[in-house]
Order: sequence, then structure tokens, then C-alpha cells
Amino acid sequence: MNYDVAVVGAGVVGSLIARELSRYNIKVALLEKCNDMAMGTSKANSAIVHAGFDAKPGTLKAKLNVEGTALMPELCKTLSVPFKPVGSLVVAFSDEEMETVKELLERGVANGVPGLEIYDQAKLREVEPAISDEAKGALWAPSAGIVCPYELTIAAAENAVVNGTEFIRNFAVEAIDYDGNEFTIKSADSSIKAKTVINAAGVYCDEIAALIGDNSIHTVPRKGEYMLCDKSIGGLAKHTIFQCPSKMGKGILVTPTVDGNLLIGPSALDIEDKDDVSTTAGTLAQVLETAKKSVPVLTTREVITSFAGLRAHCDRDDFIIEKSEKNDKFINVAGIESPGLSSAPAIALYVKDIVLGIIDGEEKADFNPVREEPVRFRHMSNEERKALIAKNPAYGRIICRCETITEGEILDAIHAPAGARDVDGVKRRTRAGMGRCQGGFCGSKVVELLARELGVEINQITKFGGDSKILYERTK
Amino acid sequence: MTKNITCVTCPMGCGITVELNDNNEVISVSGNTCKRGELYAKNEVTHPQRSLATTVKVDGGVHNVVPCKSAGPLPKEKIFDCMAEINKACAKAPVKLGDVLVENVCGTGINIVATNHCPEA
Amino acid sequence: MLNYDIVVIGGGPAGMAAALKAKECGVDSILILERAETLGGILEQCIHTGFGLQYFGEELSGPEYADRFIQQVFRQKIEYKTDTMALQVTEDNKVYAVNKTDGLLEIQAKAVILAMGCRERPRGALNIAGTRASGVMSAGTAQKYVNIDGYMPGKKVVILGSGDIGLIMARRMTLEGAKVECVCELMPYSSGLTRNIVQCLDDFNIPLYLSTTVIDIKGKDRVTGVTIASVDENRRPIPGTERDIECDTLLLSVGLIPENELTKNVGISLDRVTSGAIVDEYRETDHKGVFACGNVLHVHDLVDFVTQESQIAGEGAAKYVLGQKAEAEYITTKGVGAVRYIVPQKVNIKNEGDVKLFFRVGSSFKNATVKVSYNGQEIISRKRPRLAPGEMENVLIKNDMLKSFSKDGVIEITVEA
Repeated sequence: MNYDVAVVGAGVVGSLIARELSRYNIKVALLEKCNDMAMGTSKANSAIVHAGFDAKPGTLKAKLNVEGTALMPELCKTLSVPFKPVGSLVVAFSDEEMETVKELLERGVANGVPGLEIYDQAKLREVEPAISDEAKGALWAPSAGIVCPYELTIAAAENAVVNGTEFIRNFAVEAIDYDGNEFTIKSADSSIKAKTVINAAGVYCDEIAALIGDNSIHTVPRKGEYMLCDKSIGGLAKHTIFQCPSKMGKGILVTPTVDGNLLIGPSALDIEDKDDVSTTAGTLAQVLETAKKSVPVLTTREVITSFAGLRAHCDRDDFIIEKSEKNDKFINVAGIESPGLSSAPAIALYVKDIVLGIIDGEEKADFNPVREEPVRFRHMSNEERKALIAKNPAYGRIICRCETITEGEILDAIHAPAGARDVDGVKRRTRAGMGRCQGGFCGSKVVELLARELGVEINQITKFGGDSKILYERTK
Repeated sequence: MTKNITCVTCPMGCGITVELNDNNEVISVSGNTCKRGELYAKNEVTHPQRSLATTVKVDGGVHNVVPCKSAGPLPKEKIFDCMAEINKACAKAPVKLGDVLVENVCGTGINIVATNHCPEA
Repeated sequence: MLNYDIVVIGGGPAGMAAALKAKECGVDSILILERAETLGGILEQCIHTGFGLQYFGEELSGPEYADRFIQQVFRQKIEYKTDTMALQVTEDNKVYAVNKTDGLLEIQAKAVILAMGCRERPRGALNIAGTRASGVMSAGTAQKYVNIDGYMPGKKVVILGSGDIGLIMARRMTLEGAKVECVCELMPYSSGLTRNIVQCLDDFNIPLYLSTTVIDIKGKDRVTGVTIASVDENRRPIPGTERDIECDTLLLSVGLIPENELTKNVGISLDRVTSGAIVDEYRETDHKGVFACGNVLHVHDLVDFVTQESQIAGEGAAKYVLGQKAEAEYITTKGVGAVRYIVPQKVNIKNEGDVKLFFRVGSSFKNATVKVSYNGQEIISRKRPRLAPGEMENVLIKNDMLKSFSKDGVIEITVEA
């Protein structure tokens, strides 16, 4: 197949770029090596929309963070993605750290961050009752928020597909040839052609760039481990609570999530293996210890799961968003570590402008920016539920008890544009299996539904594509 | 020769020692705290028996398999042979609880019976 | 809006026994709500035998045990709805439920019996490090795949947790051709029944490693192995004892948690130890007219006890509906020392019958004495040849003794070695 643009990587950045380009009469392919979008950094991160005071003034990070954060509420509304403007606090535990907090305020002002304020101890306690007695004060950033990062990615990709983008899953790019006119992009078993390539491959950005001989990018996967706590203590943190940043990042945070859980993390460790998202007992224990410095009442008792994600850290210490020096029709979007999620909406616009400088694009009259909100049975009133089930009885069958997810919602997830093909895909789209029992009861039901809807035997269904099959052959 | 076994007749779980002669006949039983334990121990060292619960394949049922059990205890050493024979069997839906699914499994004289219903799909 | 005297939430052994008893006590308007496609609850997948020795005096499989109650529910013409999920119990004992055919159901009940059972503790609760590869599941999930769906969830298996479900699944997987490498148990003892250790592990030469846990899970797509390690007396892994075991599946059998979401949402007080509601001798919670029984109240070792307890709750609910429940003057019960908890947590001394107090101990004893005291005075002393954490114990408080107590008194149970 021939495309105008091939976007490599369906993370939040790649998916939002594809959506932005789908406004134009440009033929876009969104290539993803996994069985679903949001399978890398975009599914396992802090889910924070940062205010934008961290990055050095004048950097792309600073510019795109503030711009992206400003775009985020409206974008989330248009794409029906949960976003909560909870605001953030950077807490200081010493006079020295109070100085750091003041520097952050100055930097924030220089970056154009709105509403920054220093809170003293009394004010901090008032707005964040569970905060440690040791906390001296904090930087309050009202423009910060929390978002569901994988839902944003899925919604963006879905909306791109609705507007004409082709989502090609299980397409691991192995070779890219250029004949002077267009690129041939090859996976192990197929290939496509495109006039322009956008390298949004996250931690694999360096390897994708190297396929055209561009060795200028050096990505180091920086692993962050997290713990997710039960909704029963979701209200413990009212805002995103940071500690003072270090050179490895923004440190351990304690934050509510848009789904009402409490998230603790991340650690920061540079590693070599770009697929290593394993957790380690020692690190998790350390994460909890450090988090307790902010919120002392935390315990492991309420932890329902832990996970790790990789940040695509680059040695250049800023986002790299530019045409490759080897080929000016190949655009690198590399080193998108924190605040990458916050910046993603602005990155998409920035990249769109670069693309429109390479190929002509005209805005489509029929572009539909809206992704309708999926049915969320758990959020409905009983009257709405009655009407819904009357229309489609599948919404009357609860599959996931912990999160109250219906069969209808799971069918919607499977049949959505670029819908779910595996158990984790259903989970990310519907929350089935994300509750306290972590899929103990509903896991096998979801497998059955996937098999039925995809027309395969249940032992063909995977957890997340590849060889992650759940069942072997029949017992007899 | 002596054999040490754990009695499974009740939750007590007594450790029992059984003394055998060269003809594999029981000479003495010790360590048990009741008569049932003595009987269990004698059986266990001479001809141990186990009941078997598994499933049988079903054709045209709401499920692929229906649970079943041996109607009485089977010789322990024949358990895997019995599994093999049971795995070859295939019942036709509907299956009713109590239906004999395999007769005289492995020549033991024991039937394999359904322990649940499996209606037609 | 539908109206019933009693709505029973859950059609497993607890719900069915409670409904049947309530019917026997003279209440005709009863509705059972069951979320699965059939009545029977978790027993439907527990195809091994060993159920019913206490209650029926014979050794039945799970489905057979359940079927005896299902047939009675049919015969007694007790109404039930399967594939129906209760969503909410309200302040005034209204139950909201949902299914495909009726849609959203609004049911006004005079009394509600909570019999939702329990769920297995998931991996996250243990915080086992490692990858998120496919092939890690609870023993109960594997049991469903093998026994109901007829598919193998793994071929080379490590099991963490030596509770009865773990032991039963070790045998079951082995019989179906899998290789069970070992069963690891964090504690220095197994919480499973001895007979299960003998018949499920020893018979098949499956090693049981006590004071051992899984500290790492390997494999990117599918599990390729786990690392196990011995633990010290504080249950912390001992460095240097790590051992890698190749496997494609890790089954978790690490405890059961009563499923009390509905209970919590209506504001019923829970016992921190049992994770179930605080109840009186009829298993009535502190929400008037709401009763709880079976594994949603506290995790039982034998279904036979679930049946007995649920009959008590069924009788209590019937008495409540019929206006026969005695006015309450409560004393409380309290486990001391090795006695982890007691159910019921409070007893009405105006009650006309004897009351059995059920309890569990936190460690094993041989030839110990169970002592019951009232306001510090010893009132009962019973020798027990054996007490184990995995097994539920009980003592009977005779009614004449109960009558001698006065309001707000405290009964304590303790164990002396």
C-alpha cells in the first residue's frame, strides 16, 4: 500500500500526530509493532499533565509542555477522555528545598505557567490533609491535571482511524529503504510505501532512525516502577504530590488517578533492555518508603497491582523533534520523556506543521474531531441504565463485578475502530479486570467474548498479542 | 520392612507405622488413634486405593466437558490408566448427573459416573 | 418495582441453604439472585470429592453437593434469577439488580440475605516482582478453565500457596497431563487439609516447599520461569536461597477475601479480621433486616459449615420478616491470643436457643484446651486433640448459660497449649 505519511509507533505521540494529520487529505498509516496501541511508555507512566515549571526556559520541553497542557482539557473533552484539573504540589521538606521550590516558581513564570503560588505549611495542610508533618511548604500549580494516558492514546488512534488513518498492528518495522522518492517500510512479513516517515517509536526511536543510517539519537530506557492502590484510599491525595526534583527526574509522586485509585511512583533506573518492564521487590519497597515521606499513612495493604514503564530518555536532554540530518522526509520525534504526555497535543501540532512543509495537505471538510464517549454503565443513573438495556440487552449482563463492566461495553471495545484484540486491550478500553480481583472472575469471560466476536477458538486469545496466549489445547 | 504413612481418614492426620513381613503381610500397625486408622493403614500398604474425579468430553453440550467421578475407589496404581481410558470417552449431550459415562473402567469393576448435568447447547 | 419478603443475593451453597431454611420457617416470598448462568456457585467447578461428609454423611463432589440444594430449590418452587447481578442494596433494603431479560430490576425486600461468597487474592496484593507475562492466574481461574471449559491453562506449573485450592489444582493439573514442579508455601505449615497433602501432592511426588515464596516472575509474552526463595521467620526472602524453576504457568492460591462491596456500600460495619460483616447469632448485620452468611461473612474451610451457617441466617431472616425476632440485648464475643476471630461477634441473650460460636486459630496446637470465659470468669473448658489455622472450630453456648448473662457482657475464647 502507498501512503503519504507513515507514523511509526502508536503511542500517545504517534496517535495524536496521526489524528492531527487526518484533518487533511493526507493518507496516513499508523504502524504499531504490538497487538494494540499504547503498549509502551503510554500505558505505564504517571498519568500527569504537568504545569510546565520543570523544563529549562527556552527548551522545546518548556514550550511544548505549557502549550500541550493548555490544549489538554479541550482535547480530552473532544475525545471523551477522562481528565481532572486537580493541580499539583511540589512539597519541600527543608529550608533548602523551599529554595528549590522558589526557583521552580521563577522558572515556571519564565515558561509562562499560569497561577503558580507558594503555600506555607498551614495552607499546604489545609489543601492536602494527609501530607506529612515534616512538609514545610509547597509550590502550587493549578493548571496541572491528571489524565488517563492509554485512553487518550486509544481515543486519538480511534479518531484518526475514523478520519481515514489506517492502523496497522503487529507491524514491527525491520527495514526502511528510500529510493529518492518514497520510503519502503518493511516488517518481517509485509511492507508499505510512504512519502514521509515520522519516527515516534518511543524507546526504539534510535533503532528506527538507524534504519536510514541516522545514528544521532541515543535512547536510554529509564525504568519507573509504580504501585496502584485500591479506590478505598483514592481520596488520600487531593492533588498530585511531588517531592523536589533531582537530575533523574521529578521523583516519587503520590497522586489520585482519573479512575479514583491512588498511584505511587515512579522509581528511576537507566537500563539496557527496551522491553524490560519487570518490577523488582526492592525497588517497589523503596518507592513506598519514599512516598511515605509525603504521605506517611501509606501501606502495602491497599496495593492492588504494581507495574513498570520505560521513559525514552535521550542524552540531548530535550525533546528531539526535527527532520533527520540523513533524510529531510524522515522526521524524528525522539526523547519524548516527561513531560511527554502533557506535551503530546502540542507535539502533534508541531509535527503537523513540519509535515505540511514537506507535502501538500488540504483540510478535509468532513473531518470529525469528536470521539463519542463509550458507554460507561458504572457512571450511569438507573434511568439511563434502563433505557440502555432496553435498547441493547448486552448492557444488562455484568462481566466484571469489581468495576461493573457490562458485556455490551466489552463488545463495543472489540468492535470499535481499531478495537481490542486481546484481554489487556479490553481491559484498557473498559476497565474490565482492573479492579480488586484483577480479572480473577471476569478474565475467562473476556476470553470467551473475544473468541466469540473474533470468530476463533478460545485458546487463540492472548493477553497482549504475540506469544502471550492464555490457554493451551483442549484437555480432551 | 516398615512403612510410614499419614492417615487421611479424618483431619487428625495421624502418622502410622506399619510393619510388614517378607510376603508383604501386615504384622503390626502403630501410631493410629482409632480403628479406622488401622484399617486405612492396612489397605494403604497392601492395596492402596483412591477415588478419581475428572471430566469426560461431551458432544453437543453447553460445555466441552462434564465432571465425573469413580463410583468407588480405584487401585491407586491404575489411576493414570483410568485417566487415559476416560479421556477417550465422549458423552452425548444431554448428560444427567449420575449417568454412567464409562463402564468398568480399566477392568476394575468400577463405573465412571457424571457428577453434574450437561444440557444440550 | 418488585416486592419480596426476602431477597437472597447469591445462589451458591450459602444462598440456597438460607433461602430453603427461610421457606421452611414459613416465608414464601423469596427471590434468589445469582450472577452466574446456573445456581451452585463456585461448587460447580470444584469437581473433586470431599464435600458433604459432615452434612450428608457421604463424600460428594462439588456439583453433586450443589445439585442436592438446586433440586430442593426447584421442588420448593423458590424463585430465582440467574445471570443477574445485584448492583446495590439501599438504606431501606431495596435491591437493584440487572440482567439481560428484565433489564434493571428494582426489588423492595423486607429482609436481604447477603451470600455473595468470596474471591481469590490476586497477584497484585502479594506484590510479586517480575514481568506481566501471560500464565499467572489464580488457582480458581485455572480450575474453571480445566473443569468447566475443558482447556489446559498450562503444562509446566508452579503453585504458590498450599491452601486446599492450590493442593487440589496440583493434582488436577497432574491428572490432565501437566507437570507440577512444586508447591511453595510462605508459612512454615500448610493451611490445607492433611488428606489433601497426601492425596494431591505425595501421591504424585510433587514437592511442597514450606517457608518458601516466589520472588520473581520471568518471561516476556508467556511465563518462562519463576525464582523461588526461602523466607525467614518474618517471611522475608533469605538472600542466597534463590532458585530458578522453569515453568509456563504460576498458579496463585494465596487466600480468599469475602466479597463485600455491596455490604460496604450500604454502610454495614465489617470485622477487620474476617473482612466480613459484624453479625449477631442469627447473622444479622448492624443494618436492620440485612443478614450475611457463608464465605461473604468469613471464609469457611468446609461447605458443610457454610450450609449450617446459612440455615441460621435463613431462619433469622424468616423470624425478622415474621416479626418473631426477640428484642435485642447483646453481649459481645472476643477472640484472645491464638483465637483470631469469632463469629458471631455479638449474641442476643434474649434468644431462645443455644448458640454456637465459630472461631479460627492463628497457629497449630496439639492436645490444647479451648477456654471460654464470661466477663473474665471461665465458663467452659474443652480439650481438643488438634487445632489448626486451616480448620474452623466451634463451641456451644447453651441457652440456660446465655440466660444467665447480662447486657453488654463479654465472652472471650482463648486456647491454652
